[in-house]
Amino acid sequence: MATDGDTALTKKGGSDMGELISTLEEIQAKYSYLPEEVLREVARKTGRSLVDIYGVATFYRAFSLEPRGKHLISVCLGTACHVRGGAAIAQEIQQQLGIKAGETTEDKEFTLETVNCLGACALGPVIVVDGHYFPGVKTSMVSDIIERARTGLDKIEIETDQRVFPLEVSCARCNHSLMDPRHVIDGHPPVRVTVSFGTKHGWLMLSSLYGSQEVSSEYEIPPDTIVHMFCPHCHAELIGGARCGECDAPMVPMIVRGGGVVQICSRRGCKGHMLDLGGVTLD
Amino acid sequence: MVTLYINNLRVSVEEGTTILEAARFLGFPIPTLCYMDGLSPYGACRLCVVEIGEGPKARLVSSCTYPVEEGLRVRTASSKVVKARKLILELLLASCPQSKTLQDLASAHQVRQVRFRQEHEDCILCGLCVRMCEEQMMAKAIGFHGRGEKRGINTPFDKKSETCRLCGGCIYVCPACSLRCTYTEPDKAICGGCANLAPPCVEKDQFDDMMCYMEPCVACEIKKD
Repeated sequence: MATDGDTALTKKGGSDMGELISTLEEIQAKYSYLPEEVLREVARKTGRSLVDIYGVATFYRAFSLEPRGKHLISVCLGTACHVRGGAAIAQEIQQQLGIKAGETTEDKEFTLETVNCLGACALGPVIVVDGHYFPGVKTSMVSDIIERARTGLDKIEIETDQRVFPLEVSCARCNHSLMDPRHVIDGHPPVRVTVSFGTKHGWLMLSSLYGSQEVSSEYEIPPDTIVHMFCPHCHAELIGGARCGECDAPMVPMIVRGGGVVQICSRRGCKGHMLDLGGVTLD
Repeated sequence: MVTLYINNLRVSVEEGTTILEAARFLGFPIPTLCYMDGLSPYGACRLCVVEIGEGPKARLVSSCTYPVEEGLRVRTASSKVVKARKLILELLLASCPQSKTLQDLASAHQVRQVRFRQEHEDCILCGLCVRMCEEQMMAKAIGFHGRGEKRGINTPFDKKSETCRLCGGCIYVCPACSLRCTYTEPDKAICGGCANLAPPCVEKDQFDDMMCYMEPCVACEIKKD
């Protein structure tokens, strides 16, 4: 297994346990489980004993030493969900997928796990599929949910979610529109700005759908890079005083047509953004 | 120096010593199981409980991990302590009824019955072997894994460890491995040797008579002759 490229392994290696957990989290995010060879590699690179790493990896339910499926289904069996039939839901999913809780289907599509509480008791019985919450699940809904998970839940949400809507924005300094009618992202003309990071300088197109993270750029922007955005018309930097609530990077403000300001985080990969329509704030 | 009262005796000991060390130095016996000289105290077995404080503030603490405090009042054998100790022994014995160490301790403390369901586990999770491996043998070949009822001690990935030198230190200190010797017929509890020895990280075959870490009992010695 090629482990040399793992950023998790090369950039970390301190001695406290918190760093070990975040290292393991990154490995889990990359492989969807913790492969034995990679854990041995972590031990070699960090000088930490394998016993400690194995102990931490087996202690937390969030870590798995077995390969997991593409889609993770978590069925809540907390008290509230249990009395509302969570166990029957788990049973139904087990039957339909032909696996038991904690197992993965043979085609590596689904992993089923039961959790003791998701903290959403009022929505019970609740299941979470790939980060999407399904409240008030009935056994008759299970096959539909599994089918939707198979085709990809994110896709369907973009098309049907009414909270996602296109914005038209302009430069705060010269008031020129930043919209680019010659291109299409997410079915709408995107926002086009000039972007600069490191020694690179080029264009960047952002989806105009509020809430969508689709972008396209002249140069590949590495994750976590903080970029500077400029108006392509007056070449002024789009910058305000605000900082991102998620990662503390500077926010990039743009004027929304019809009044208000939208701010997006300048860090690649950060989903921090806010919309201020003259007193009404949406996150 | 710190002045404290152990069983109403005013004593002065050096700062940083634990109640257990102080009491033992002064000749007050406190039974221990997961404590061993040369290993860091761990406080897992709770057998070394003592009562500290007075009146409504009195409470039980594990003496092996509790450092002495100025003016502290310690009782090493109050009725509360004795009762707690007996219950702890009963619980330990319920999980590992085969352990000779536990049987002897229970006998010494007048534990005459076990009221709990017997589990026949092969580990009480006292952590002696883990500390022995790490602190004395400098190997760190075994460690805890899992959590809650799945907690156990083994080598990583349950595989033969590269760092393990087969020193046998873990088996030597284990209070649960030292089973009452039953040779090959467990129902006939007459000692016959070390055939029952099944260390967690190595195959059984690799340990013959010569490598046995169990102390032979009298019956065994007679039978061999």
